[in-house]
Amino acid sequence: MWRPLLHLARRAPSAHSLNHYLVHTRLPRSSLALRRRVHSEPLAETSAWWGAPGTVYYDGASTHADSILTHEHGALDETRRALRDAVRRFAHDHVAPYAALIDASNRFPREQLWPRLGELGALGVTASPEHGGLGLGYTEHCLVMEELSRASASVGLSYGAHSNLCVQQIERHGTAEQKQAVLPRLCRGEWVGALAMSETGAGSDVLGSMRTVARRERVASATASAVSERWVLNGGKMWITNGPDADALVVYARTPELDMADKPAFTAFLVCPRALDGADAGRSGYRVAQKLHKLGMRGSNTCELLFEDVRLPASAVLGEPGRGAHVLMSGLDSERLVLSAGPLGIMQACLDVVLPYVAQRQQFGRPIGELPLMQAKLADMYATLSSSRAHTYTVALALDTAMRESGASGAARLRTYRRDCAAVILQNAERATQVALQAIQALGGNGYVDEYPAGRLLRDAKLYEIGAGTSEVRRILIGRELYETVRSS
Amino acid sequence: MNNLRILVAVKRVIDYAVRVRVKPDGSGVDVAHVKMSMNPFCEIAVEEAIRIRERLGADRVRDLVAVTVGPEANQETLRTALAMGMDRGIHVVVPETAAGVTGGSATPLEPLAVAQALQRVADRESAQLIVLGKQAIDDDCNQTGQLLAARLNWPQGTFASAVALDWESPQGATATVTREVDAGLETVRLRLPCVITCDLRLNTPRYATLPNIMKAKKKPIERLTLQELEVDPTPRYAWKRVSEPSQRRAGVMVSDVNELLTRLRADGCLPEN
Repeated sequence: MWRPLLHLARRAPSAHSLNHYLVHTRLPRSSLALRRRVHSEPLAETSAWWGAPGTVYYDGASTHADSILTHEHGALDETRRALRDAVRRFAHDHVAPYAALIDASNRFPREQLWPRLGELGALGVTASPEHGGLGLGYTEHCLVMEELSRASASVGLSYGAHSNLCVQQIERHGTAEQKQAVLPRLCRGEWVGALAMSETGAGSDVLGSMRTVARRERVASATASAVSERWVLNGGKMWITNGPDADALVVYARTPELDMADKPAFTAFLVCPRALDGADAGRSGYRVAQKLHKLGMRGSNTCELLFEDVRLPASAVLGEPGRGAHVLMSGLDSERLVLSAGPLGIMQACLDVVLPYVAQRQQFGRPIGELPLMQAKLADMYATLSSSRAHTYTVALALDTAMRESGASGAARLRTYRRDCAAVILQNAERATQVALQAIQALGGNGYVDEYPAGRLLRDAKLYEIGAGTSEVRRILIGRELYETVRSS
Repeated sequence: MNNLRILVAVKRVIDYAVRVRVKPDGSGVDVAHVKMSMNPFCEIAVEEAIRIRERLGADRVRDLVAVTVGPEANQETLRTALAMGMDRGIHVVVPETAAGVTGGSATPLEPLAVAQALQRVADRESAQLIVLGKQAIDDDCNQTGQLLAARLNWPQGTFASAVALDWESPQGATATVTREVDAGLETVRLRLPCVITCDLRLNTPRYATLPNIMKAKKKPIERLTLQELEVDPTPRYAWKRVSEPSQRRAGVMVSDVNELLTRLRADGCLPEN
């Protein structure tokens, strides 16, 4: 049963101050050059680990590959440009200075960032305005994802898990009561959202190997007449982004009692750990196991979750009982498209670091940026980023238009874009790894030390070849779908 | 005085973080494909107008109007002001080719003409308070606010680092403005209507949040032409040349004071004696 949830006072919007630590940017000659923007009023960031801001490698104004999308006749209209610029400025001021710290400490900056992201309005891009979202589409979501990832890929990944994997799934499949109960808090940044699909034994073969099970249980209530039903969840999940911090999760489980003929049935559940039966006494059966120490995306907390006789009310079912596979697969399509903007941000961050560096670093009596082989590297990085960006936003704009035009049957349109969503993240992820390798190479020895972010960019980029379906799974999916279009029956 | 209408003028300039390049022919700066934003001092002006309403209440401050004088692209700047919290916008559209080249400024109109346009708008809208940034970061003219006050024959409080409105003073509605001047801080009290220009330390502008950006799309923007306002766009001065400042030369180490004096004399920095 849903217990009354604490109402946390909403912070009034404040005049944000800006942190202006810039390296490699020559200050303008006007009187503004002396402007120092100081930290805003302190939040509850008394945690000792939140230290001084570090170096930011870009200026919060423009990017090097902006012009193909954002000039007056480009694909992004004035409103989308304004949204992107707002997030870019925010990310530059509040996220980028702490990217190195988040990585080094492997801590998730919840108090420092989540309420602020909520105030900015970024946490519910695709949720409806009545629940605190913006009611916008994939294009806007990708823009926000890209800008946050440029500042810190870890924050970007946690943001993607929260705003797409969790919020978007609830928005699409939740009942009015479920949405009302969780979406406003998730959109405000009071709560952190997550999605639990993979398991220790269920990765690429997530449906075939899933062992987490939910069984029905009849509950005799105090009044003799009513007998209600609830679900008992047993099993575990692995690789859960935001798992250690999550207040609301979408959890997939096998529900064998609903199996149809030879097709195994799955069901999606909306789990709020603090509202579970027995949560107060610590006996709900829901347990966050160890936080993982990862190669990259450090600070985007990932963990194992364990369920031991966790009792969920019937109202926790997300979507239709037994139809969880559909919820899962369509969620993956949307996830792949939005997360594909993560590698875009990483590639942009690589250019942000490399370009000023090669203008300053001198060898053979001149800046290394004048050497032809270095310019070839810059060209490859730029062309790769530009084409990846064009691909992502072409698919996103096409999908947004298709879903808007088809109204209620929008979900079916998403299915027709399955191979495009997979293709976009397949390409972006692999290219981002290569671009990050090039960035390390361009910095030479400096790329190999932690003083420069190139190493972190590589470690972060690699994740996108694995999460949201590995590159191998994406290839199989696209190839199979394409072949189906020409297979003679 | 209840029902205050505040006019805020905003300018679209090259973003403060952009590395500006001069065009090879010296006719101006390169603005093609360059990121443009609202002038930072104009952002401070917008923020101050919104704070005045927050302090005095919406029943006292009935209308916050953002005005811009410039080409079509200035509409984005108006939308930013609306997203920060202004109620409506007025766009005085200036054709791109009007008044020729202006060196550093992205607005092809000199401050005198801009002040004339703003004066006409202020008369039209019966504004009681006009807030501007002290200067634009592209041409650094620092003229528009002062010219506007003179044309309106209103008092002016420029380089404001603090503003306080007082309804109940014996002189009627007044504004107490602390000004940053070379000697320190000067406080003046102005009777409304008046013109205030904002300096850096007046406030820190708020972000335009994403929901407010979406709401701003529905706020009205009225378009006016220079002809309607009877503004004369003829330039009063011609830009001869724009060039980068001379490169900073390497310093020279001197061995003693005598050599220093010899060098200074040779460079013409000291009078012959």
